Amino acid sequence: MEKQLTYTYDVIQVCLLAGKVMLQNGGETYRVEDTMRRIAQAYGAANSNSYVTPTGIFFSVEGPEPSKTQLIRIIERTTDLHKVTKVNSISRKISAGELTIQEAYLELERLDNQSERYTFPTQLVAAAIASGCFLIMFQGSWDDFFPAVLAGGGGFFSVTWFNRLVPIKFFSEFLASFVIGLLAVLFVYTGLGTELDKIIIGSVMPLVPGLLITNAVRDLMAGHLISGLSKGAEAFLTAFAIGAGIAVVVSFL
Amino acid sequence: MTFLAQLITSFIASTGFGVIFNAPKPSLLKGGFVGMCGWLIYFFMEKSGIDAVIATVTASFFIAVMSQVFAKVYRTPVIIFSVAGIIPLVPGGLAYDAMRNFVQNDYNTAINLAAKAFMISGSIAVGLVFSEVINQIIRNATMIRQEKK
Repeated sequence: MEKQLTYTYDVIQVCLLAGKVMLQNGGETYRVEDTMRRIAQAYGAANSNSYVTPTGIFFSVEGPEPSKTQLIRIIERTTDLHKVTKVNSISRKISAGELTIQEAYLELERLDNQSERYTFPTQLVAAAIASGCFLIMFQGSWDDFFPAVLAGGGGFFSVTWFNRLVPIKFFSEFLASFVIGLLAVLFVYTGLGTELDKIIIGSVMPLVPGLLITNAVRDLMAGHLISGLSKGAEAFLTAFAIGAGIAVVVSFL
Repeated sequence: MTFLAQLITSFIASTGFGVIFNAPKPSLLKGGFVGMCGWLIYFFMEKSGIDAVIATVTASFFIAVMSQVFAKVYRTPVIIFSVAGIIPLVPGGLAYDAMRNFVQNDYNTAINLAAKAFMISGSIAVGLVFSEVINQIIRNATMIRQEKK
């Protein structure tokens, strides 16, 4: 009985850790629930229930003994699709019976702590070049390519930097789009750039909450109304912060 | 020339987004490809005079379908491919114009533009939902067929 008890708790621990890593890094709610259910099933807990919101996960396993529930709080959310993919493949391995509970827990914990990200300079360059490309996609002229690259890079740099300084996401997005607006105005005044609107639109794109929007819609369609609505609210607030930052600059013109 | 420029820039932009979202290295170029196809569909539909809303629905539908196919083939989450492709369709330009008009106290134009931006974001969602529904119908159909056997 004692052994069975700790075993069930171990299963819950593994499921919650997998769910947490996925949710923190931008996985969709239904995928998180599905993954946790599959892991629980693979470890013999056929009857499990989960309730996933963007800020926390409840997970309970029912069996012959009294049902057990645990809760995990999600405080920080970033986008790291690498980790989502990794958890996905770990859960596949668990379903195939290739990992014991201990191995799975260790592997998930290692994944949670490591950060196999692209280096910050790489991401900065990617954001900068993407901004320039967006300018061309939105029918801008090639003369404005470099101003957009610089403004977009500046915006991405400042959103990361401000986020480290003040950990309020919306505030750092507001400041970053303010910086983009300032840079764009500066480029147009000095004659480096020509079309202010196009430069701003192109460079703002790396800040746009695209992942949130797609996830919000998919969650709503899958019936996760609370997650869908709160992700939608987050996307709306982000869009509003970006718009406000630009609006401050434009209103001074 | 425009075609080539759009082809290359949309590919690079989508791949760049893959890097920002930290997508795994092998899927970067595939994500870029999905984004490129989606943007070209949107671009040419809009160029040939079709309404932006319909162009957005079609493009986001194709992006979602391609992402689902890629996800099945490479056994990875759908989101890796779809997210980079969707971003160019987000009506950033319209939202910006709306915001600018709001600030300049031209509320009529601003509301017009904001409504349009809202419609386009809605149509991105509709495109995604369509493909999801079709995906589920196909999945259910194959499941029923397997049960019959």
